[in-house]
Amino acid sequence: MRTTWLEPRSRSTVFRSSAGIVTSRQRFAQDLVLRFPQRCFVAAIHLFGNLTSQELAGRNVPVREFICLYPPKLRDHRPNSRGKGNPATAMPAFHPACAICGAHDTIPRMGDSASVSSPASAISGATVPSRHSALVRVTHWITTICFIALLVSGIEVVISHPRFYWGETGSILTQPLFKLPIPSSRALVPTGYGYVLPDQNGWSRALHFQAAWVLVLTALLYLISGFFTGHLRKNLLPGKADLSWRVLSSAIADHLRFKRPSEAEAWSYNVLQRLAYLFVIFVLFPLVIWTGLAMSLAFVSACPATVTLLGGQQSARTLHFFVALSLVLFLLVHIGMVWIAGFRSRMRAMITGRAGTDKEPT
Amino acid sequence: MSDLSRRKLITNGLAAAAGVTGLGVAARMAQRYGLVPPDHGGIYGPGETLTYASLRLITRHSLAREFSRSQISARPVPNEMPPLNEAFKRLQAGGFADWRLSVDGLVARPGAFSLAQLRSYPSRSQITQLACEEGWSYIAEWTGVPLSHVLELVGMQAQARYVVYFSIDPDWWESIDMADALHPQTFIAYGLNGDELPVANGGPLRLRLPRQLGYKSVKFITHMTVTDSLKGFGKGLGSAAPETGYAWYAGI
Repeated sequence: MRTTWLEPRSRSTVFRSSAGIVTSRQRFAQDLVLRFPQRCFVAAIHLFGNLTSQELAGRNVPVREFICLYPPKLRDHRPNSRGKGNPATAMPAFHPACAICGAHDTIPRMGDSASVSSPASAISGATVPSRHSALVRVTHWITTICFIALLVSGIEVVISHPRFYWGETGSILTQPLFKLPIPSSRALVPTGYGYVLPDQNGWSRALHFQAAWVLVLTALLYLISGFFTGHLRKNLLPGKADLSWRVLSSAIADHLRFKRPSEAEAWSYNVLQRLAYLFVIFVLFPLVIWTGLAMSLAFVSACPATVTLLGGQQSARTLHFFVALSLVLFLLVHIGMVWIAGFRSRMRAMITGRAGTDKEPT
Repeated sequence: MSDLSRRKLITNGLAAAAGVTGLGVAARMAQRYGLVPPDHGGIYGPGETLTYASLRLITRHSLAREFSRSQISARPVPNEMPPLNEAFKRLQAGGFADWRLSVDGLVARPGAFSLAQLRSYPSRSQITQLACEEGWSYIAEWTGVPLSHVLELVGMQAQARYVVYFSIDPDWWESIDMADALHPQTFIAYGLNGDELPVANGGPLRLRLPRQLGYKSVKFITHMTVTDSLKGFGKGLGSAAPETGYAWYAGI
């Protein structure tokens, strides 16, 4: 499903279209910030590996042409100004104005209904949809990094007291709700192991809170922009028809059979995916933030209900542990599904924005 | 379309300029209103600063949760302690009669208080939770004299910004800002659950700070300094905790 570059039918299309259209300037900015560095990176790796430019990424193109952002089909007849000029003008292999010429103004944005509901139209030409918008991709990977940081530092902090309680208080002098069968980094905790792990709580706590800040700010950016661009409504909210028992049960059955997703799912989330993502975004993340804040002595001094509603400081800690565990479970299933659906293509879609099959047509 | 793009360019440019200016102004304001912690350097500095600044803003006057007598934990946890030094053992042998809490720095009348003197001041009690950064917690009734009362007695000067307090253990010292130092629940505690404060829990004197984690409630305090800058203390990070990787502000 290689992107196809075609000239728009007429300039007037551009002016009549409203949402769902990116202008050539925006396209240029996107290309310059995201695609150009990426291509330079790929080119650099290949050149570093002493491959000839002929072998570059399996394409028979010289490096200068490879990093060129100008649509290949238009390269030889670039209009000299805003699409109105002489098409016979030769296009240099790399030109900073690659995407400004205005020759391809009708590029639907990712999430545009036309490209999502009928991927065929995207393949047939005239459009170059991105599977995931730049914002979704950037916030996805920032979230990934933060989540891993939170997970590692969270485990480190738990190691200093791998016992969980219910209610307001709990310590080595009280009966735990349950214990984790792991060694501890504190000598006073009776674990049954004959050794004490080194204390890692200092940096773990600092990393935990810093990653939490970055994650919360990223989530806010994602939610606000997702609301205004329609990403949440169009890409995550399931359609009414999809919520029928028949559709849901067949989707569940397909999942249980580990069936590879259909071609359409390379362009749009299926109903179970949508529900899972909505659950993570609007239930698990708010819960993990709430239970985390409920453990802060200072925060609950200002908002005591944060902790009293949960049943106490130790209940909040135990709930925080289970919500985090649910998020880890989601992460594992998420990676598993990406694996089944095609690791390379899904990863590429989330990194570069380009969707399609694993094999790159030449 | 090009007009729209230009408009967008101008809007984005203005937004970026406003953002950068806003960040600059925020940094100056934070500095001015004491929202920057002393350990704001290093890779975790931004997180520490955001945590301290936002919690300081919402908790300037908030009170730590207090509990009923029935919620008091059966046994207050005597946490791990470094071996007590010779100086402590000597004072302990004398029944802590010679224990002194000296207060100096930006004060009009520097002085040293004996336990008997501190007990003669109006005492306060609080049933609050002591939570450790490790995750455990207990509820106990703490009795003592509010730190603000002692600061008033020694005549704290107006430019004071921090109170630094030291344990008899030379490796344990902490500091708090004025919002915490003058807070009504910040005690110099000498009693626990109606009894004298046991040595295992920090007796004879412990600074009690219920809105922060246990390690800020320094045990065996002997000395306090009122200051306007933390630069001259240790490595200048505010307390011993940041020197071992822990946060100076422990409200979370």
